[in-house]
Amino acid sequence: MKKAPIFIAGGVIGLLAALLVKFGNPVNMGICVACFYRDIAGALGLHRAEVVQYIRPEIIGFILGAFILALAKKEFRPRGGSSPLIRFVLGFFVMIGALVFLGCPLRMILRLANGDLNALVGLVGFVFGIFIGIQFIKKGFSLGRSYKQATVNGYVMPAFAIILLILLLAQPAFIFFSQEGPGATHAPILLSLIAGLIVGAIVQRTRLCTVGGFRDAILIKDFHLLTGLAGIFVVALISNLIFNPAAFKIGFVDQPIAHTEFLWNFLGMTLVGLGSCLLGGCPLRQTILAAEGDTDAAVTVFGLITGAAFAHNFGIAASAKGVPVNGQIAVLIGLVVVLAIASFIVWQKQQAQVKTNVKEGVQVG
Amino acid sequence: MAKATVDARGRSCPEPVVMTKNALDTYKDDVEIIVDAEVAKENVKRFAENRGFKVKISEKDDEYILHITK
Repeated sequence: MKKAPIFIAGGVIGLLAALLVKFGNPVNMGICVACFYRDIAGALGLHRAEVVQYIRPEIIGFILGAFILALAKKEFRPRGGSSPLIRFVLGFFVMIGALVFLGCPLRMILRLANGDLNALVGLVGFVFGIFIGIQFIKKGFSLGRSYKQATVNGYVMPAFAIILLILLLAQPAFIFFSQEGPGATHAPILLSLIAGLIVGAIVQRTRLCTVGGFRDAILIKDFHLLTGLAGIFVVALISNLIFNPAAFKIGFVDQPIAHTEFLWNFLGMTLVGLGSCLLGGCPLRQTILAAEGDTDAAVTVFGLITGAAFAHNFGIAASAKGVPVNGQIAVLIGLVVVLAIASFIVWQKQQAQVKTNVKEGVQVG
Repeated sequence: MAKATVDARGRSCPEPVVMTKNALDTYKDDVEIIVDAEVAKENVKRFAENRGFKVKISEKDDEYILHITK
C-alpha cells in the first residue's frame, strides 16, 4: 500500500479538525485557513466585523510547525522573486472567493464531511476553477522562477507568527477579540496551537495541498495528493459521527456558517480554484511554503489577509443570510482580473516562443 | 551528456513536472532536469517513475540534477 501514508496523514488532519470542533471551534470549522486569516485580520483591527476577530492559534501552529520541521530537514530555503505583486493580487482574490463561499478548500472538505451539500456545489466550482487553471498551465502559464534570498528573508514569517502568539497571550487592549459569534467560538489556546503545529508539520512533510490533489489527478493522472484529501474527508466524517454526532446533518438548508446560494457557492470556489491553481497551491499550502522560506508565498499570505480585510470593510463577505451584492460583484471582478492576468502571461509567452521557436527551459545539449 | 537539459529551478508547482513532461514528449528519454527544491525533486521523480522511466539523482550545492532514462 504505497498510498497508505498519505491517506493516514490526511486522516490525522481530519481527526484534528473534528476534535477542534469538539473542544470549541465553530461547527464545520475545525480548520479553515481563510476564516482563520480573516479572524486574525479582524483581531489586528484591519476590519471591524465584531463577530470575526480572534488570533487563531492554529495559523501560528501551521507556520511554526512547518518552519521547525523545514529547519530540521534542511528544507528551509529563503527564496523569492517569482512575480510577488501578481501573487499578492491572486491571494487577495482567492480570499474574496473563499469568503463568498464561506471557507477555504479545506473547510469545504470538512463541511462536506459533516453533510453540508452546499460544499458539494463549491467542490464542483473548485474543480472547474482548477480545470481552467490547468489549461493556462498547459499553454505555458508561469509566474517565473524564484531565486535564493538572504537568510533573514525567511525569518520574517516565523517572526510574524511569534508576534501573533505574544499578542494572543498578552491580549493588549488594541487587539480585538470577539465577544460573540464565530470569533468567540474557539478551542482552548494550547489545544489549537498543538493541533496547528501537528498539521503544519504534516503538510510540510507530505506536501498535502487541496489544489494539488485535483490538479495532479487531472493534469498528470497522479492520485497521490488526492488520496490525502480522501483521508481528510473519510476520517473527518467518521470522527464527526463519533465526537460531534448532534451536529451531523445531511442537506442544504440551515447548515452552520453557510448559505444556499448555488451560483455564488459555485463561482466563489471557481475563483479560489483558479487563483490557487495559478499560485501553485491552496491557502494552507501557501502558508506552509511561506514558513519554509518562500517569500513569494508569504506575500500571497499577506494578499489573503488584505483580501479578508477588504471583504469585511466593503460588505463583500457572505454570511448565513446569503451573499451581498458587493460580494457578487467582487467575485465577478476577481474572475475577470485573474483570467486577464493569466491570459496576458500566456499571450506574452507565446509571442516570445514564436520569436525563438524553442520551448522555454529546454536546451539542446 | 543528456539530449536535453531543463532548468526548472525556482519554479512553482506543477511547472517542473510540466517542463519534464514537455521534454520527455520531445526527446523521448535521456533528459536532465535541474531543480532546487526538495518538493520539485520528489514530484519530478514520482512523475518519471510512474511513466516507467529510471531516475538517477545527483546533488550539488542545494541543487538536484535528475537524469531520466528509459
